[in-house]
Amino acid sequence: MIIEYSRITQIQGDIISVIASGVQYSELAVVKSHMKTSLAQVIRLRGDEVFLQVFAGTRGVATGDQVRFLGHPMQVPFGDALLGRIFNGSGYPIDGGPELKVLPRLEINGPSVNPVMRVIPRGFIETRVPMIDMFNPLVESQKLPIFAAAGEPYNELLARIGICADADIVILGGIGLKHDEYLKFRRAFEESGISSRTIMFVHTASDPVVERLLVPDLALAVAEQFGVKGKRVLVLLTDMTAFADAMKEIAISMDQVPSNLGYPGSLYSDLASRYEKAVDFEGAGSITILAVTTMPGDDVTHPVPDNTGYITEGQFYLKKGVIEPFGSLSRLKQLVIGKVTRQDHGHIMNSMIRLFAKGREVEQKLAMGFERTADDERYLRYGKLFYERFMDLKVNMGLDEALDLGWYTLAECFRPDEVGIKQELIDKHWPRA
Amino acid sequence: MTSTMDSRIVAVNGPLVTVETVKAQEVMMNEVAYVLCNDVFLKSEIIRIRGRLVDMQVFENTVGLKVGDRVDFTGSLLSASLGPGILGQIYDGLQNPLSKLENDQGYFLRRGQYISSLNEDRRWEFTPSVKPGDTVRAGYYLGSVPEGIFEHHILTPLALQGAWEVVDINQQGAYTVTDRIATLKNREGVEVPIKMAQQWPVKLPVRAYKERLLPDRQLLTQCRLIDIFFPLAEGGTACIPGPFGAGKTVLQQIVSRYAEADIVIIVACGERAGEVVETIRELPLLEDPRTGKSLMDRTVIICNTSSMPVAAREASIYTGVTLGEYYRQIGLKVLLLADSTSRWAQALRESSARLEEIPGEEAFPAYLESRIAALYERAGVVRLYDDSTGSLTLIGNVSPAGGNFEEPVTQNTLKVVSAFYGLSRTRSDRRRYPAIDPLISWSLYLKQMKESLCERHPEWVSWVEETQNLFIQGNEIHQMMLVVGEEGVGIDDFVTYLKSEMVDVVCLQQDSYDAVDRATGRDRQISDFTLLIRMVHHRFDFETKGEARQEMTHLQNLFFQMKYCLFQGVEYMKYRTEIESILRKE
Repeated sequence: MIIEYSRITQIQGDIISVIASGVQYSELAVVKSHMKTSLAQVIRLRGDEVFLQVFAGTRGVATGDQVRFLGHPMQVPFGDALLGRIFNGSGYPIDGGPELKVLPRLEINGPSVNPVMRVIPRGFIETRVPMIDMFNPLVESQKLPIFAAAGEPYNELLARIGICADADIVILGGIGLKHDEYLKFRRAFEESGISSRTIMFVHTASDPVVERLLVPDLALAVAEQFGVKGKRVLVLLTDMTAFADAMKEIAISMDQVPSNLGYPGSLYSDLASRYEKAVDFEGAGSITILAVTTMPGDDVTHPVPDNTGYITEGQFYLKKGVIEPFGSLSRLKQLVIGKVTRQDHGHIMNSMIRLFAKGREVEQKLAMGFERTADDERYLRYGKLFYERFMDLKVNMGLDEALDLGWYTLAECFRPDEVGIKQELIDKHWPRA
Repeated sequence: MTSTMDSRIVAVNGPLVTVETVKAQEVMMNEVAYVLCNDVFLKSEIIRIRGRLVDMQVFENTVGLKVGDRVDFTGSLLSASLGPGILGQIYDGLQNPLSKLENDQGYFLRRGQYISSLNEDRRWEFTPSVKPGDTVRAGYYLGSVPEGIFEHHILTPLALQGAWEVVDINQQGAYTVTDRIATLKNREGVEVPIKMAQQWPVKLPVRAYKERLLPDRQLLTQCRLIDIFFPLAEGGTACIPGPFGAGKTVLQQIVSRYAEADIVIIVACGERAGEVVETIRELPLLEDPRTGKSLMDRTVIICNTSSMPVAAREASIYTGVTLGEYYRQIGLKVLLLADSTSRWAQALRESSARLEEIPGEEAFPAYLESRIAALYERAGVVRLYDDSTGSLTLIGNVSPAGGNFEEPVTQNTLKVVSAFYGLSRTRSDRRRYPAIDPLISWSLYLKQMKESLCERHPEWVSWVEETQNLFIQGNEIHQMMLVVGEEGVGIDDFVTYLKSEMVDVVCLQQDSYDAVDRATGRDRQISDFTLLIRMVHHRFDFETKGEARQEMTHLQNLFFQMKYCLFQGVEYMKYRTEIESILRKE
């Protein structure tokens, strides 16, 4: 039953309202104006008033324009034919290829996975970035954001991990992406030869704001289906702060009471319902999510990174071009450290970080002009070696190699009784002079 | 199918729907109603009534609802099912058993599926404890069934008012929770059939006991920082606020496994599904050292993870507390861990915003404070009608925005709890776990339980206070050294600083991934802390700071190695003897 209405009573921001009946909550509609045709989604019903958010924006929408309800919520085509393709935020191909009309369609925003059907993550994903592999390893089915200020090389890091990581399918969700960045991702995937197993959903900064909201849902709905079919999927999302900002815009247009810096009170749930799609299915595939969250003003207490931090299983801080050892955390690391990886991994990791923290304290002390003791020298030397050998993003090395280098570096700077490691491990791994 | 006699939806706004009731319809605040959406009934709860317009929060996704859809009211409040068979279950926020849903639905949780919370086919071996003619009141025991290692008393329905006479009671035998096991009659001659399963509205506290007692016995968590410095009482309340990544989750997992409670209820409220999965998968494999049975046998998990519907999140904590109160009525020591109460408060905020109520601080509703207070007040230790005691201890995790404790949920929680374990980013960044900051945390139970704590050692409480002062001093000296350098402080102060560092490293810090160190029992706590306090009291005689640092590092390493050794094992005794010989020197 398709009904057309042509009486738009209100236009505010990207939201329109029409008088209609029999409309379902969340249903999709087509708004046809003389400039363009756009999809729209029902976001509120009040009596016979229906509120819709118009994906392509309301510029040029006239009160007499036609609104046609489609009787179903937002859907996305699904099938192997998606591989290697690029779509926009409404799910239309933008790579010049054919439309995928014959494929079955999935509803986005499906129900959540029964926690009982999840398994404990246990797959270690080696990235060859020592600050990740050694100190905060990425685990299959984990959801991890990269917190970065504007200007940090987060998209390069994301692309590098996308290329190196061992996944069956890589899905990129670009939200408010600069056009240059989009081209860079595209080129990086093509040059590394992985584009045949990638799918890109790209919303660039010049596209209508409402389309931003759909990108994570489209990417994750497709990832979920591949996951159920046994594929190990890596989803890369950049930038989730742009997603949250779009949500803020819609909420304000709907006169919602903002909770913090204008963001709606539901920000946590809205972000969580996306990130929680990361899953390891019992007896099938998995979804791992790596997302960029830019921090406005480099402030981690900003509502978007803050809420994200509570949802995700850890976070990487990208600061001054390196992954910060403090604050960066992979909550799932204990599931693989010493179990999938070498037995000494956990101990050497903790010890190295503890000593590096001490080194930072010494640096601060010296910066204030205090006398330098022989002890201080050793910590400074250690700090310098640590930076060069592990933190520098140029370093490209496997985990076992990094662990050996860790023992070697400790032995260069400290005595065994200073590092706080169990005696049996010292006996086994401490490099003999 | 529909008629003009039905109540109907007039507006949909996310999970909030507004219903226009038919004229004769009587509705009740917090009453459960079902919304019919394309042949599926969606459970919902009334949260506001204005004339014939009723606002309800739907506990499910509302996609596909239409204006004009039918609504059925049930006439009952949102309730939990209470009876034998709750232990070991994994429920969603509305007490649907998730493992049953799994069998029926595969990977995903389809909406509109409600399954009875208790297994209605299982037979329980019932032994009556009353006889016809006896008088009972709500909460009196009628008999018992064995549930795991516990004697599960069958309660006179908690909702019954006044005195009731037992008309008949079943013989010993096997019955299901829905079988009639007794009949009661009141003075007016009204007869009610009694089953083992009963319902109780989750938002009302259970008060069927003689009196509430002052919590004065310790609940051991086996986390040294808590047990020694900021002890928790049976029937007490505590909150654990902390920024993300500071280790709330790991701390909670450790407490849920090793705390010496009879029953542990874990409410995963708006948190990651992954955490629940770890608990679900690992608990059944872990052995409860006190019973030899699986830890899952003493655990109930209620999970409304962050991607599950928001409206059910608010209910999930109440469901958990209600189950806790029920087992307290049976005379057990119950520990409830709620992670996190901030998500629960946010759920309140979301529904308040949709109701367009005037917001308070940070858009939280004005009734936030009273709701939090009422929740924590449901904890407590009580004397039951048979003079035994039962307790419900409540630990709530708080996730303050930006890690800033000045926000409304943390502040309102601090007002009502008696122990505060503040996690600090500084400590977690330095890998000092558990990252509870000893300088800001407090527990009123240290004084309240003085008598029972001093059973450990007559000086125990004063030792603890002395050590707490040592942390403060150590921190002051540390701050001073940051400004004036190591050379700027005297050797005595320097040694004090090293002592406080040592206590931090070997006692406060606990490795939750080490098989020995992750849990420290009472005896070991007493033994190790008694040795450690000797170190604190010891007057070391060092010539130079270099010597002090070297000797103290050596001593610290001995304590450190000792904590990884099995209590009173050969290795342990070796380190202990060495430490004692150092402390004997003048």
